[in-house]
Amino acid sequence: MRSARYHVVHETRYEYHQPVGLSRQVVRLAPRRIPWQVDLAHSLQIKPEAEILAVRDDAFGNPVTTFAIEADHASLTVRAESWIDVFPRAVPDDAATPPWEKVRARLAYHGGVRPLPADLDAARFLFESTRVRNKRELATWTLACFPPGAPLLVGVRALMNRIHRELTFDPKATDVSTPVMEVFTRRRGVCQDFAHLMLSCLRSIGLAARYVSGYLLTRPPPGRPRLIGADASHAWVSVYCPDQGWIDADPTNAILPGIEHVTLGWGRDYDDVIPLRGVLLGGGDHQIAIEVTVTPAADYEALFKRPLPELPPVVGAAKGG
Amino acid sequence: MPESLLSPYPRVASRYDEMLDARGAPRAHWKPFLGQIAALPADTIRERARFVRESIEADGVTYNVYADPKGASRPWELDLLPLILPADEWRAISAAVAQRARLLNALLNDLYGKQELLAMGLIPPAVVFGQRGFLWPAHGVVAPENVSLHIYAADLARSPDGRWWVLADRTRGPSGAGYALQNRMTLSRAFPDAFREVPVQQLASFFAALQDSLYRLSPTRHGEAPLVVLLTPGPYNETYFEHSFLARYLGFPLVEGQDLLVRGDAVYLKTLRGLRRVHAILRRLDDDYCDPVELRADSALGIPGLLHAVRAGNVLLANALGSGVLETGALAGFLPAVSERLFGEKLLMPSIATWWCGEAPALEYAIKHLDELVIKPTYTSIRREPVFGHTLDAAARARLIDRMRAQPHAYVAQEWVRLSHAPTFGRGRDGRLLSRAVSLRVFAVATPGGYTVMPGALTRVAPEDGDVVSMQWGGSSKDTWMLTEGEGAQVVRSRPRLGVTDVEQSGVQIASRVGENLFWMGRYAERCEGIARLLRAALVRLADAGPEAAAALGSIAAVCEGLGVLEVPDAPDEEAPISAPWGAGAPSKSLVPPPPATPKSLEIKPIHDDVAAPPDFLAAVADPAAMGGLAANVLRLHACASHVRERMSTDNWHVFNRLPQRLPGPQPTMGRALESLDEIMLACVSLAGFAMDDMTRDESWRFLLLGRRLERLAHLAGVVSRVLGFAPAARVEALEWLLEAANSIVTFRARYRRAPELLPVLHLVVFDETNPHAVAFQLRDLPRLLERTAAELGGAVMGAALGPLAATLHRTALAGFEPEGGPELERACVDLAALLDRARDAAFGLSDELQRRFFTHAGTPAPLGA
Repeated sequence: MRSARYHVVHETRYEYHQPVGLSRQVVRLAPRRIPWQVDLAHSLQIKPEAEILAVRDDAFGNPVTTFAIEADHASLTVRAESWIDVFPRAVPDDAATPPWEKVRARLAYHGGVRPLPADLDAARFLFESTRVRNKRELATWTLACFPPGAPLLVGVRALMNRIHRELTFDPKATDVSTPVMEVFTRRRGVCQDFAHLMLSCLRSIGLAARYVSGYLLTRPPPGRPRLIGADASHAWVSVYCPDQGWIDADPTNAILPGIEHVTLGWGRDYDDVIPLRGVLLGGGDHQIAIEVTVTPAADYEALFKRPLPELPPVVGAAKGG
Repeated sequence: MPESLLSPYPRVASRYDEMLDARGAPRAHWKPFLGQIAALPADTIRERARFVRESIEADGVTYNVYADPKGASRPWELDLLPLILPADEWRAISAAVAQRARLLNALLNDLYGKQELLAMGLIPPAVVFGQRGFLWPAHGVVAPENVSLHIYAADLARSPDGRWWVLADRTRGPSGAGYALQNRMTLSRAFPDAFREVPVQQLASFFAALQDSLYRLSPTRHGEAPLVVLLTPGPYNETYFEHSFLARYLGFPLVEGQDLLVRGDAVYLKTLRGLRRVHAILRRLDDDYCDPVELRADSALGIPGLLHAVRAGNVLLANALGSGVLETGALAGFLPAVSERLFGEKLLMPSIATWWCGEAPALEYAIKHLDELVIKPTYTSIRREPVFGHTLDAAARARLIDRMRAQPHAYVAQEWVRLSHAPTFGRGRDGRLLSRAVSLRVFAVATPGGYTVMPGALTRVAPEDGDVVSMQWGGSSKDTWMLTEGEGAQVVRSRPRLGVTDVEQSGVQIASRVGENLFWMGRYAERCEGIARLLRAALVRLADAGPEAAAALGSIAAVCEGLGVLEVPDAPDEEAPISAPWGAGAPSKSLVPPPPATPKSLEIKPIHDDVAAPPDFLAAVADPAAMGGLAANVLRLHACASHVRERMSTDNWHVFNRLPQRLPGPQPTMGRALESLDEIMLACVSLAGFAMDDMTRDESWRFLLLGRRLERLAHLAGVVSRVLGFAPAARVEALEWLLEAANSIVTFRARYRRAPELLPVLHLVVFDETNPHAVAFQLRDLPRLLERTAAELGGAVMGAALGPLAATLHRTALAGFEPEGGPELERACVDLAALLDRARDAAFGLSDELQRRFFTHAGTPAPLGA
């Protein structure tokens, strides 16, 4: 498989009904550096002018920018623009992955035994978090996909497919604050809900799994042109497979992500990787508009009516992550 | 030997008794104290017990109980008898608690740093990463001088064999040190003689060490004086009394999240004199509530950007954010190995035997020995009471085991300790001694030379015959006397005496919130009184079927609708309101959403007309959902007042506190509503008296007065302007109630002894500068107040619009109102109404101006050099 080069614009615009006197925001819109992804160019534009307080990596290794605006303003625009090369990653054969109980046993604590660094790192993603529940009824539901001795990836695929099959994608059914158990009961939601449910299922049976925030290349309907702002943020999960790394799974689409998924970052759940989060003083009601456009390099000039910028050639080989 | 006192004391043989040895004789270290009280007659003892209760009430020592539906605060319970420990036992406890504090501090630094203890397999990841209290956003923050745990408390228990054990660790922001100090202050007054004779260690050094530690670690620059604040979640917190007590004692301003502001990389306190850089925060606010930008987004109590300022090294947090992770009982079993590894030391005092069920052998042990164990959740965010295995029936037992097997890592089993007992005075009249289980909370503070342990403790007493000591559960407390050897005892002076500079500077850092709450307290108090008078005028006429009463009711209703006191049934047009009825302003923290804008309505609808529904005056009195009505405003007034409770005398506070109870309740009868209005008006009048006569006139007090004057101006101007807008006949009919509403009817009758006429009424309620209920009085007084405010707090004098209005009013010729009718009179009415409308707008504008400059500090630049 060849690599793919994408242009991503993620623009968030707030219009406030009353002026905002003070705004502090934390931005997670820069693609994370990972073996199968090369970040060619990234820029963050903020209007009105903001004071950039910090650019750093958070505790999970995701790039974060913190800014503040201390003058009255009636609107806020945050526009992140990136060029990214995505490479195919090696996914182990289903049968070559260890039985899932072995994975669980390896992640369990054994007094006085030094855990392997990768196992300890995975343990961050093993327990409940703000939006992920660890429940017996989820464990029972999940175990149907993980028969005794099943290789990890067989179980993960089965669970991913089950969630895809049994849940209806319905943007009206939930909002960002809908608890995962309500999603489970009502069997409806969006990619974020699908991901939180799959994480809850996996962690409920003792497996480590993290929430991945990013984008998915979409295809315009046949015969229609690609449109600016037609895309959205996407989310999927990544499961820890000892000695073989992390394996991504997208329960919304029932696929293992390849070169059409662009990764921004990961955490225990959505709360760790919220693209734009902050607090303001004043403002009253507000309107928010979010526009995401993921464009293959080949379509860029036609879509934006601009020549391609000068970018480095494709370098770096794909490696399993 | 105090036979009379001790003989009825029922010692429990299976427990260690703190006072009596196994043979029932007093232990040696109790003898000096027992000797003291043996000399006292029984009456005196009862008297002292009463003295303790009364001084707790007088000092306002309380403990709020969340479970109480009224959120009422409960008087603190302090037993007359102290718990006494001998010097050698105190030394052992002190060494053990200091060691444990040092260990937990090192553990905390590791968990938020390199996590080597996890990498070595000495701590299970579940116990750390599984906790809500482990804050990943705080990972990587380096604590100044590696102190993350500034204050630590250990809950200790003594087993029947006389040994001490650590029951639990308090690492977030342990409560109780202030109560321990308060207990000491109270008991030292109850037993002055005993304190002279018994060598009891003083507590002051501990608090001095805490002050020194925070001042020393404060990241100040260029010899700045450090500003340390005590951050409280607010008056509804269970230990709010302690927060305010400690803040006063330590000399730290007591602040809530909204008092602090992060600008750039630093934290500031909003004071009436502007922003002041804050260097250290002693916090009693839970970790995850501290910063809505990076921690819990739904926290309204936190300080947006705080974690950023901490990361930048510009503010010290005590304790460090995320320190609550150590409060889980699950860690106890792992501490000995950590101590060996980090310090090569054995723990001087063991934890109570603990099994974290995440390890299979521990789970099996716990299930097998359930009767002897107490089961607790590993995750402290799960608020579940400990389960005593021996209390479960077979079914409950099976359910518990089932749950434990399903998620073993979520459970901790601890040995059930039979706590030691101590004598406690019964609450009954006979004052008999009871034997109750006790547990000690011992405090340690970080100092450059290691941890210093408070030579005292908060002893908590279990209610009834239980083994659960918890103030939440209704337990009592004891002063704890740690004896010294040799040195004579001193009379306790628990704090250093104040010097001249303390006295002179005591008012410097008045938080903006105090001024803001006083300001809104003034506005709401005045508003309540104004509304109550209007509604009273309406209700007394509602009972009257005469035509005059009906006409007056119609005009009162029109004014009430125009002012938003009554909701407008059907707004005649959808045009934008000329101005919101109460002005755009509301307290900056949105204590209250501004009431909906109401169109200015000058149309009078007849009241006894069958077509229109009568206006709901009763709802305006009683229904809190009627936004502009009396009940809603009384509740707002109460909320504002409760935030500045410590600024008021007890009597003043009582008037506020009883206000909501004076409301008539839903759907009142006419009689009840009138009674309620009278009571509220009376209360408002006494509040006005307290405002003038009972409060210290510091710079925040003036905001109370500004709020009152400004609200009265707006209210009066609004009422009179609307009356002037009526048709001539309706105008005359409204004069009687207008005088009532303006609280000037008595003056009018005394002056004129005749039925109201327009000219004298207007003179009295608008133009008369000597009438405190006249518009002119407010217009004259407000600029004076504002000048004094500017002189004290700096900045330009505000309220520029008021002077010209006062001048115009002064120039207005009263002669225009002499004619009984005609175009000259109508013109005069229109002009005056317009002037009054401008005055009302000016009042609201001034409110916004004050709000921005002194309270929210929005848009003001941060001080230089920050």
